[in-house]
Amino acid sequence: MLTREQSFEQMLLGKTIKPEGWLGNLRLNAQSSAKALSFPSERHDDWRLTDLSALLQHSFAPVDSYAALTQEDIAPFTIAGTIRLVFVDGCYALDLSDVSQANDAIVVGALTERLGDPSVEKDFARLAGVEADAFSALNTSNFDDGAWVQVSGEVSAPIHILNIATQRETPTAIYPRALVVMQANSRATLIEDYAGVGEGVRFSNAVTEIVLHDHAQLQHIRVQRETSKAFHFGHCTVESGKGSVYTSTALAFGGRVSRHSLHVTLAGEGAESTLNGLALIAGRQIADTHTLIDHAMPRCTSNQLHKCIADGASHAIFSGKIMVREGASATDSEQSSRNLLLSGKAHIDTQPQLEIFNDDVSCKHGATIGEIDADSLFFLKSRGLTEERARNLLTHAFAAEIIEKIPVQSLVSSLSKTILDERMKAGV
Amino acid sequence: MINKDSKVLLEVKDLHATVDGVEILKGVNLTIRAGEVHAIMGVNGSGKSTFSKVLAGHPDYTVTAGTAQFEGKDLFTLEPEARARAGLFLAFQYPVEIPGVSNSALLRLAYNTLQEECGQEELDPLEFDDLLQEKIKIVEMDPAFLSRSVNEGFSGGEKKRNEILQMAVLDPKLAILDETDSGLDIDALRIVANGVNKLRTADNAVVMVTHYQRLLNYIVPDYVHVMSGGSIVKTGDKELALELEARGYDWLKAA
Repeated sequence: MLTREQSFEQMLLGKTIKPEGWLGNLRLNAQSSAKALSFPSERHDDWRLTDLSALLQHSFAPVDSYAALTQEDIAPFTIAGTIRLVFVDGCYALDLSDVSQANDAIVVGALTERLGDPSVEKDFARLAGVEADAFSALNTSNFDDGAWVQVSGEVSAPIHILNIATQRETPTAIYPRALVVMQANSRATLIEDYAGVGEGVRFSNAVTEIVLHDHAQLQHIRVQRETSKAFHFGHCTVESGKGSVYTSTALAFGGRVSRHSLHVTLAGEGAESTLNGLALIAGRQIADTHTLIDHAMPRCTSNQLHKCIADGASHAIFSGKIMVREGASATDSEQSSRNLLLSGKAHIDTQPQLEIFNDDVSCKHGATIGEIDADSLFFLKSRGLTEERARNLLTHAFAAEIIEKIPVQSLVSSLSKTILDERMKAGV
Repeated sequence: MINKDSKVLLEVKDLHATVDGVEILKGVNLTIRAGEVHAIMGVNGSGKSTFSKVLAGHPDYTVTAGTAQFEGKDLFTLEPEARARAGLFLAFQYPVEIPGVSNSALLRLAYNTLQEECGQEELDPLEFDDLLQEKIKIVEMDPAFLSRSVNEGFSGGEKKRNEILQMAVLDPKLAILDETDSGLDIDALRIVANGVNKLRTADNAVVMVTHYQRLLNYIVPDYVHVMSGGSIVKTGDKELALELEARGYDWLKAA
């Protein structure tokens, strides 16, 4: 087993950086920041609950060749009617992408094709926290390519950023990246999707930055459905402008160990945010969700519902902080953490946190942990359903409250079906 | 309809059962044949609801003595789902709300589970919907209830109607209605009772567990049993229910 520092150093130094131009300099700065920060220690407050020993069994090297996938390979993950950008092991796959649904209110494509574009350079790596977050710095140093989305008006087709990891002989580290800029008064739906083909060991370290200018509205769906031996860290930062509306629905199903951190800064007066989250795991999976909603301006609202469902010997972690800054008067915030334990060996940690530096606020929060309701189980069994099917149905029902918030019906249906079928097959 | 030659569906002998170590049933004996309607009456705490839950296999109750044969099978060796598949149905006194599971999805899942059990083809959602449209007429239910979550936000009467809809879809051999009349206004009571009457055949049987004679005006029983202190202390015909209504239960208290 590697130490945290060794693991991190291998990933960091496995990549050669050309010290050229704007991006070269950015990478070098990120690299030195990553070196200085290194892998957070197990005593770090944000990391102490996350057991990373499974990750540290492996040495991850960057991908050195492009893996060609076919439309057939990605078919299980595509969503009809979307503007689709496909990234294979972090590299843009033009042949698998389909932007024919795009209208003139959107510019989409690969980040590397946009180097030199001032609107990219203005926001890229601005929010990711390269100076403070080791894995953001590592991504910024090492990423191959990423998605660039700029929305200037109303875009009705959902934007699907599909990140697919492939099977390789040795463990690989990949670095998905996305920058989404919602210009004033624009509206769009974004689906950020992480999946894989083949059961290889890989480490996806993803960074997403989202800017909402005044009165922009974004529905942001995040689906983490990585394969069972994959490791996944995702870091998303959102900056919400005046009167903007940001809605996130983040689902974590896959991966051996996964972590999702979502930081939303309500940076303009009257910004609204809704964060829905679901982690549904079994076996020896670990799923960690860290969120921060930063009320920096007056009259902003945040509403959060996070659910964890843990079966087998899995471990789900939710840490959700609501910060209300000094000047953020008339803040309205509500947070709820609801959790379902399906097995005596599973484990759920939930840590709602409020930090309030202001008197003029309304903040509610609560957390519950429960098991499958015995009366409901008996009722379903009395209607002929086996114990297993009844438990699956109740588990799915608990998850459905979050999944059904996704405004793309075909995705809701396919995810629901997967959950019901997979769990039935697995017999958990 | 009493026919002494018809098949015995359920035969309960000297049934004793406990909950949390307290004995509630203290020797229940009951025989039910196909085509019959039975009413089990009694005051609160007499054991009548416990009896229905024990038959359905509720995990809170422990059978400590006695037997129950359902069409010759030992009921107490079967899990609740196996009892349902064998044709036993319990309409719940307090129907459970299940947010996130649509009524039609549950009904289809339950129906197909039974189809699978008897080697019949499962129905896809469209085929099942045709069946369901017929079944909801039996309980005069608004089709809008089918797409809603099971019992969530339903009124008391709607929940009870929903139980009878489940009965209509599952077509059990023996239906036990646990205080299905409680909390119903007169219109809802009539609808529920009509529904049950439409589902009666010479091959199935109904057990109504109730406090009140009122329901028995609509579903006329062949036998009325009075439970007291955990056993059946008197059995009669529908006239017994009227007598109970007039005289109360005190004169029948278990020794």
